Amino acid sequence: MRCGPTRTAPYPTFATHPEAREIVFDFLSDYDDPSLLGAFWVTVQLTFLSAVGSLIWGTLLAAMRVSPVPLMRGFGAAYVNIVRNIPLTVIIVFTSLGLADIFGVALGAPDDFEVKYFRLAVLGLVAYTAAFVCEAIRSGINTVPVGQAEAARAIGLSFSQVLRLIVLPQAFRSVIGPLANVLIALTKNTTVAATIGVAEAALLMKEMIENEAQVLLIGAIFAFGFIVLTLPTGLFLGWLSKRLAVKR
Amino acid sequence: MTSVLYDAPGPKAKRRNVIFSVVFFVLLALLLWWVWQVMDDKGQLRWALWKPFTTSEAWTTYLLPGLANTLKAAALSMVIALPLGAVLGIARMSDHRWVRVPAGAVVEFFRAIPVLLLMLFANEFYVRYIEIPSASRPLYAVVTGLVLYNASVLAEVVRAGILSLPKGQTEAAQAIGLRKGQTMSSILLPQAVTAMLPAIVSQLVVIVKDTALGGVMLGFTELLSERSTLAANYANVIPSFIVVAVIFIVLNFILTSFASWLEGRLRRSKRSTGAVLGAEEVDELNAAEIGTPRGTKAADGT
Repeated sequence: MRCGPTRTAPYPTFATHPEAREIVFDFLSDYDDPSLLGAFWVTVQLTFLSAVGSLIWGTLLAAMRVSPVPLMRGFGAAYVNIVRNIPLTVIIVFTSLGLADIFGVALGAPDDFEVKYFRLAVLGLVAYTAAFVCEAIRSGINTVPVGQAEAARAIGLSFSQVLRLIVLPQAFRSVIGPLANVLIALTKNTTVAATIGVAEAALLMKEMIENEAQVLLIGAIFAFGFIVLTLPTGLFLGWLSKRLAVKR
Repeated sequence: MTSVLYDAPGPKAKRRNVIFSVVFFVLLALLLWWVWQVMDDKGQLRWALWKPFTTSEAWTTYLLPGLANTLKAAALSMVIALPLGAVLGIARMSDHRWVRVPAGAVVEFFRAIPVLLLMLFANEFYVRYIEIPSASRPLYAVVTGLVLYNASVLAEVVRAGILSLPKGQTEAAQAIGLRKGQTMSSILLPQAVTAMLPAIVSQLVVIVKDTALGGVMLGFTELLSERSTLAANYANVIPSFIVVAVIFIVLNFILTSFASWLEGRLRRSKRSTGAVLGAEEVDELNAAEIGTPRGTKAADGT
């Protein structure tokens, strides 16, 4: 049987008892489907695919929200305001019980449940995160003063030149910071995929913490995993956004 | 209308806009038609499935108790997290390194971790070490998770709120001989609390949304988990989802509107310093942005 650090008193340290390391971390080898690293790999995949998807869909939404067509502006505004006010959990659970079970959306994997629910989770995360991406991009466009475009037109640049050379380069730079926030929030939000049984980090933690003695250790391991995922992203993108910021 | 992206439309642009409108309308209509068609096929449009929502039973047995639990957890979390966050936020601005550094570490740690992990951990911790009747344990676990996360977010809100005040306030307080503690408690905090109000209300939206996690993962009987009980009874999956989503949207929309009304009022107010923390700042603080100075944006607004 396995034994936690509570069984041997006084507590051994890894320095005095090298074998203790094996006893304490022994339980980790019992989990191989998914393993600890495997579960975090699923988290990374969820984050990456949802980030790419929500960047595309969010940019489209932002384009609609600033477009000259009133119907598109209305749709963009309605989408953002509705989706932002629904809990992500409701959206993810709906992808499973509503989209998959009632609407028959299988996303190309009707028989492989693991793949199907993974893709449904990505779909839900994209739908939710895109609303925040849209707002970040829109606020980035709004930070460019109208005078910039007016000055560009005054010196005779065409519409596409105004966008390409003057407006978008400034807008993108001011968007990196807010988008980094959205990405970090997304990394943490992937845990919600556990609600439809996607075998990512939070689901493995639930299983481990309910079955093993080392409650504190398990909590610390998973907390550390998420800090490792979010900290470098935050530091790098924070540095980048400061470096590229337009000084006004 | 003119924006930075386009001019006021001429005759050609107007024609093009009309074409875009029509194409977009057709696409939207097709999508809605498909949804309607599938729902009709699966019998989700039958009146029998929608009828329960017109009776009082569905509301008094399922939805309202669920909503009450959602609001209870959210309110408890906010009430406990607010003083905790204020203490952490002020501690983080302390002149003493041994106060500032640990407070900063706690805040950054809990902001970097998904709230679901905190809830799961709290739940298991209560199961093993603290005697709580199993019926109320989910509520305790949900509130604990939400408090740990939101106290650290609110700590940053408090800090940003204090930093957003004009420097002259501190200087004037020092000039009339107030001590550090007095400056904080009688000059800075009262003004910062006013500036923070919209941010605090916006944070309530985040809390309300996060309670739903406890419903699915811990069996906390809030609105979303009451939905599944209700749907099991009436077999109305789609209608129940729509009703629950609408309740969440209305609730959060009211909170968001209240926050932006407060924000506008504070910005216009002549008596205040004009320092205010709005919804945008809250979005930033929730993401655990590390590496960029916080509160500078709010300070620019003064």
